[in-house]
Amino acid sequence: MIRPDNVLVWATFLPVIGSAVILALMVVRHFLGLKKRFLDQASRVVTMVASFLMLVASILAWHWFDPRAQGLLVQGKATGVQMVSRAIWIRPFNVEWFVGVDGLSISMVLLTGIISFVAAIASMPWWQGGAKAIHMAGMDEDDHGHGDDEHHPKHFTVRMVPGYMILLLLLMTGMMGTFVALDMFLFYVFWEVMLLPMYFLIGVWGGPRREYAAIKFFLYTLAGSVLMLLAIIAVYYRSLPAVMADGTLSARHTFNLLELAAQGRAGQFATALPILGVAFSKIVFVAFFIGFAIKIPMFPFHTWLPDAHVEAPTPISVILAGILLKMGPYGILRFNYPLLPDATEWAANAIAVFGVINIIYAAYVALAQRDFKKMVAYSSVSHMGFTLLGMAAMTPMAISGAVYNMFTHGIISPALFLIVGVIYDRAHHRDMERFGGLAKELPEYSGLTGLAFFASLGLPGLAGFIPEFMVLAGSFPVYLTFTVISATAVIITAAYYLWAMQRVFLGKLNSAYAGFPDVNWRERIMLYPLAAIMIFLGFYPQFILHAINPALQLLIQNLRPV
Amino acid sequence: MDIQPFLVAENVRSTGWFRPELVLTFGALSLFLLDLAWRRSESRARLLSAATLTVFGLAAILLSLQPGTPQSLFNGMIANDAFANFFKWIFLAGGALTVLIAGPSRAYPPSRIGPFYALLVTIVLGLFLMASATDLLMIYMAIELVSMVSYALAGYSKGDRKAAEAALKYVIFGGVASGAMIFGMSYLYGMLGTTDITRFAAAIAQVPTTLPHRLGLILGVVLVSSGVGYKIAAVPWHMWAPDVYEGAPTPFTAFLSTGPKAAGFALAARLLWGALDTRGSMMGLSEAVGNIPWPAVVGVLSAVTMTLGNFTALPQTNLKRLLAYSSIAHAGYGLMGLAANSFVGTQAVMVYMLAYLIMNLGAFLAVIVVERFTGSPSIFEFRGLGHRAPLAAVSMAIFLFALTGLPPSIGFTGKYWLFVAVLDRVSGPTGGWYATLAIIAALNTAVALYYYARILRAMFFEAPLSEVEVTYPTSYKWLLAGFAAATVLFGIWVTPIMDWTRLSLGQFYRG
Repeated sequence: MIRPDNVLVWATFLPVIGSAVILALMVVRHFLGLKKRFLDQASRVVTMVASFLMLVASILAWHWFDPRAQGLLVQGKATGVQMVSRAIWIRPFNVEWFVGVDGLSISMVLLTGIISFVAAIASMPWWQGGAKAIHMAGMDEDDHGHGDDEHHPKHFTVRMVPGYMILLLLLMTGMMGTFVALDMFLFYVFWEVMLLPMYFLIGVWGGPRREYAAIKFFLYTLAGSVLMLLAIIAVYYRSLPAVMADGTLSARHTFNLLELAAQGRAGQFATALPILGVAFSKIVFVAFFIGFAIKIPMFPFHTWLPDAHVEAPTPISVILAGILLKMGPYGILRFNYPLLPDATEWAANAIAVFGVINIIYAAYVALAQRDFKKMVAYSSVSHMGFTLLGMAAMTPMAISGAVYNMFTHGIISPALFLIVGVIYDRAHHRDMERFGGLAKELPEYSGLTGLAFFASLGLPGLAGFIPEFMVLAGSFPVYLTFTVISATAVIITAAYYLWAMQRVFLGKLNSAYAGFPDVNWRERIMLYPLAAIMIFLGFYPQFILHAINPALQLLIQNLRPV
Repeated sequence: MDIQPFLVAENVRSTGWFRPELVLTFGALSLFLLDLAWRRSESRARLLSAATLTVFGLAAILLSLQPGTPQSLFNGMIANDAFANFFKWIFLAGGALTVLIAGPSRAYPPSRIGPFYALLVTIVLGLFLMASATDLLMIYMAIELVSMVSYALAGYSKGDRKAAEAALKYVIFGGVASGAMIFGMSYLYGMLGTTDITRFAAAIAQVPTTLPHRLGLILGVVLVSSGVGYKIAAVPWHMWAPDVYEGAPTPFTAFLSTGPKAAGFALAARLLWGALDTRGSMMGLSEAVGNIPWPAVVGVLSAVTMTLGNFTALPQTNLKRLLAYSSIAHAGYGLMGLAANSFVGTQAVMVYMLAYLIMNLGAFLAVIVVERFTGSPSIFEFRGLGHRAPLAAVSMAIFLFALTGLPPSIGFTGKYWLFVAVLDRVSGPTGGWYATLAIIAALNTAVALYYYARILRAMFFEAPLSEVEVTYPTSYKWLLAGFAAATVLFGIWVTPIMDWTRLSLGQFYRG
């Protein structure tokens, strides 16, 4: 049933099928009167099954992906794009259903599969073990309280469960679709589809300032994406026609990203008429770049991220850090680099500067945080700076490191947010100053935290080290000063993690937290696999690199390092 | 006075192409009589609703039998073309849906619903004429027919001070606008020697380019445009909209925001893109008319209209007012299509009006659901609607996303095509201005999202004022689900809409 030519379709739409099933169950409940408890459990099961199948599909896609294959030929040249599925969607717009993966997107597809499944598990109130007594007491049937009592908040996993699950599944479809879409219009649709579930997931199930965080996230991303839409249309109108799915030539222009990349390499957009006196490719580059930079998030567009992270429930933070942030660099590598090579060279220095600001500034801000989750959020901003720097340097090693950083950060930072979630579920606050000596009470949790911290700060042998090293080593010949400045951030990163370690786990035990239960089974089945991946990727980076490298070589062979 | 036989023959022939309008005319008259005949009946309201729907249904059948062959009717008074037919379908759908909404809305007691239906049918007749008029006099007649009846229906709630205020404001603004319009028409007639707008392009070429002649022409175009601008509620003729939208009974507000606006755009397209096309071959209004960059003027109006509409909508707490300001903003988006002044631009206006019909009627229906139950259209009554009426809340969310222009929704389809129309012009000589307009519109989307999201926040994030379930008729549930389904469906299944509008515009009567 699942074949290489439809595995991406399954991966994209399995979650939507799941949400349709939940919707059908809600309708059934409305007319036949099922028990609320039954509906809640059923929608949880459906979500688990759908996200698990999505994981299976993405692993299959990874398995079937051949890094050395020529893939789809565009204008007689190999693109490495495989598992293509395409059909005409909107003929008057020349829009196709066109999905496929190359080395760049296949790693993100795998990441999306893994993190979505982890987020699904994190959304379940099951397998609580010892922790159950603490936060599940007396909040099962009451559906719409808003966490009035600080010590017994209405936990997100039991509030309006079917709605939560439907939105979570829609979000998964949006993410997967964004990474596999090879038609600009389709990409934009999936990009926006992600927005709505995210808004509600933060706004309804989030923390005390969730309304502010949700609208801030929504406005920032929408402003960026509308600019992106304008850029998409502008590029479309400068493009030449291309062959569509049914073999006919598209009318006048094309949305086909591979075709556009070939035209971009041939200088189609570099020579277009200027707009308002500015070169076309530069103005379009900036519009795309801002749209994607907001997602990364790049300084100065990063301020939505700490708010969104702090207010979002744990699984949503996991998805936000693990996948959504990767869409920014992915979009830049998918749109800006191949379509506008001349403008990319023009902007490389600026990207590098912003990358360095991200790395240094966010690291210092993280150092100043008392809120555990905010610290992890700023560390995300800082780590995404390495991706920016590596992308700007454009040497083979730097850009591989940049993309590998997307993957490893996509594993490490979800683990960190889960770790924050563990302590928040037990203590109902995240103020690091109020903890202390937890290592004695929660040895297993402390060990896992230590592993994730060290992975994130770049300890050799763990996942975070390799990409940081690759980016720094690869950028060194191009941006000597920037690389040296960025390297100092490694020390600051170590400082805030170790200080956090000290404040939370070492020292005198705060008696209020004596008797805390250690990680339960639900947390174990999420954290141990992630920890295993961190160690595995630390020793065997080739696992990911051999898939992404050919695609990246193809991408930068037309760009010249500055 | 001698009767010219060919005129009589022409009128008789034209009547054959005028059947839907005739059905509406006699339908409106019979509805008055039926209202009297059924005044003792228990199910008076229901019978009248059925009768009105029958009138619209009959008109629809006759309209579907009538091909959109472009031709002139009644000696150049109106045109029959597929372009007008497209809008006529919008008006019929809007009218019929308004009947379905108004029936159970509690805004009209059974004793007063008969005249409302009859007048609604009359407005639809006026809208039909607006979309097909090709003569200045006919345009004026059609606009006045719609306006006069709208004044009455805006103040329909007896003893309601706000309704009275709404009607009075509407009359005063409307009177000034139509006065200006007919004054402008007299200028155009004086300069061009004809009232047939399809002959304007040729006549303009004959006007000398001296300053007084140019001024006269400019004054004429500006004043006539003010009549149209008032109908679509574009800045600076928008001031009536919030008060009228607020004071009028909500079902009529819903109709007012969709039907007459669409008709205004149809008329604007006929004037600007059709009649004043001095370059021929569907190039649209050029600078030749009085040496003024008209598309740029429309573009500036568009930018100002959407920005003002969106920013004034931000602080509103009464949802009828909020949607009124939002409808001003949407008029601004629609004007983008006219500013592009091209085939694609005019098509984008058509798509947008269709999209706006579906999503805005849906949004007003959700307002009616709440207003009907709580007695107030305030945003505070929407608090916790996610629990109190999940279907209404979720559909309202879908309409609001569509109004914002997020995919996949029909609102995105419309907005996308408007952006395409504008950006299509960027490679032209004044491309920079079009790029600026597109960027302003893009930023406006984010502003609009902010106030639409306030409604979302109230519905889903905030604690309700009361926990009582909001009850509303089953027919509303079906309508809401239908509007929501159509909103999403036509965001994904776009081809039929694009084909329909393209073919309709392809058969545009140009004299």
